[in-house]
Amino acid sequence: MVELSAVDKTFNQGTIDEKVLFDGFSIKIEQGEFVAVIGSNGSGKTTMLNIISGSAAVDGGKVLLGGTEINGMKDYKRALRIGRVFQAPAMGTCSSMTIWENLSIADNKGRPFGLSFGLNRKRKDFYRSQLEFLGMGLENRLDTLAGALSGGQRQALALIMATLVRPELLLLDEHTAALDPKAADIVMELTDKVVKEKKITSLMVTHNLRYAVEYGTRTIMMHEGKIVLDVSGQERTDTDIDDYLKIFNEISLEKGNSL
Amino acid sequence: MIESMIIGILEQGFIYGIMAMGVYITYTILDFPDLSVDGTFPLGIAVCFVMISHAMDPWLALLAAFAAGCIAGAFTGIFNVKLRIRNLLCGILTMTALYSVNYGIVGKASDFLGMDSVTIFSMTERFFPGHSALYSKLAVIIVIAIASKFALDWYMRTKSGFLLRSVGDNEGLVITLAKNPGTIKIIGLSIANGLVALAGAVYCQYSRAFNVGSGTGTVVMGLAAVIIGTTVFRKLKFMRVTTGVLLGMIVYKACISIALAAGLRSQDTNFMITVLFIVTLVINEFFVKKKKAGVKRNG
Ligand SMILES: Nc1ncnc2c1ncn2[C@@H]1O[C@H](COP(=O)(O)OP(=O)(O)O)[C@@H](O)[C@H]1O
Ligand SMILES: [Mg+2]
Repeated sequence: MVELSAVDKTFNQGTIDEKVLFDGFSIKIEQGEFVAVIGSNGSGKTTMLNIISGSAAVDGGKVLLGGTEINGMKDYKRALRIGRVFQAPAMGTCSSMTIWENLSIADNKGRPFGLSFGLNRKRKDFYRSQLEFLGMGLENRLDTLAGALSGGQRQALALIMATLVRPELLLLDEHTAALDPKAADIVMELTDKVVKEKKITSLMVTHNLRYAVEYGTRTIMMHEGKIVLDVSGQERTDTDIDDYLKIFNEISLEKGNSL
Repeated sequence: MIESMIIGILEQGFIYGIMAMGVYITYTILDFPDLSVDGTFPLGIAVCFVMISHAMDPWLALLAAFAAGCIAGAFTGIFNVKLRIRNLLCGILTMTALYSVNYGIVGKASDFLGMDSVTIFSMTERFFPGHSALYSKLAVIIVIAIASKFALDWYMRTKSGFLLRSVGDNEGLVITLAKNPGTIKIIGLSIANGLVALAGAVYCQYSRAFNVGSGTGTVVMGLAAVIIGTTVFRKLKFMRVTTGVLLGMIVYKACISIALAAGLRSQDTNFMITVLFIVTLVINEFFVKKKKAGVKRNG
């Protein structure tokens, strides 16, 4: 489905701040997989997603989507096939537009944005039912500005928006990290439901080890631009939080830095 | 005396109000400080002036000016989006180039329309008999301003308008919607400067004159109206922002007229405008919390 093949990425090349992050980094994600990515700060998780979405370019290697190389494809063109939710809830919604307006533009993704009426009246009831599931009371607030919502509400809205038109691939970058624990659980549950219902291949970076264990079909641990653990199937079922923590600690001792 | 002064304020307020709605698009919606305006306002005057002096239809002249403004605005957008020139500089470049263009269109630095030339005002004055003749220009101006306002309001509610509203607020969202934010910015700058040039064209027919330097200070005037419109009148929930911007320009023009009537020398107005502008900005900063904090791509 999506593949990084021998990717190189260096920041600030040729300066004293030069940082070689990826040197021949490879990862392959199959159709239908729901991959949880964990790893220490600065291990390259966000950069990996940026490279896939096209918001960061590679210095070497190939980015493949559905078997085709997309190295030169612009981020907004890739977005036709890739959905994305960021850590900051504000990034997935337009604060000066209402919930209804936000859902309407998201629902129009992949179609022309012409001079027809922007609000989608026909799908209003459908939007209500989507929001109702959250149990946040948003179904009665379609005319509220997204900017007036709480972080959890906004992130839930962002997630619905990112998947309203089914993407082939969904990228989630610590999308629950900025939320309080209760809101985080709601958004995580919604994520799981949507991903399963729509059968979206997903790549979810998370700081929450419990999520990495409980959700998804495969877990990857990254450290300093490398994959240090990659488990799925039975092996994954047999790995629990303590095992991940143990590996973290071993790496940290070895490299002298912390989680 | 008072009556004609008020009519004058309203006439100018509505004409420049059309311009201010263009500034509203760039400054508030796109978050793009667009200085092209100082060039596209006289561009509208120039295009209209030449067409009318060639006895062409004055309504068509308004449309042509709008189109010319759209093209000029698109250039500003292309400088920024395709050539990656800083936004402030893009406007300055367009404005500077337009000085020569405007001169070239008319062929001289200043000129007046002939007595017999037909304008939208001369065409319509016969509908206003007796005392109402005093209001004939104002009526036409209001119709054009209100029509522009409704057209803009309508556009902002279309799908294309939705994208325009999101691009200034959250460019990353537009990318995730698989749309090129650059193209949308160009469209926004285009429409904005179209409105500015339209205002210029109305002003041309109103004043019956062209002056190549008449654009100086236009953008500051527009910004003042936008800030008055979006802060003072924002409290009134039932009113659209575009209405607030039109009213903002009327308030602005009223302040200037009163100051002039109170003895301010006209050569000092620019100084006063600047002081007023800074005061408004400071008040604005003071009362309005910074909106859209922290919306950046890939935070
Ligand atoms: N735009 C950038 N410029 C310079 N260095 C960067 C940039 N983006 C990321 N890095 C560096 O690359 C490393 C990986 O960053 P990132 O992918 O954000 O890590 P993670 O998401 O796993 O915390 C970090 O050391 C970071 O400093
Ligand atoms: Mg990160």
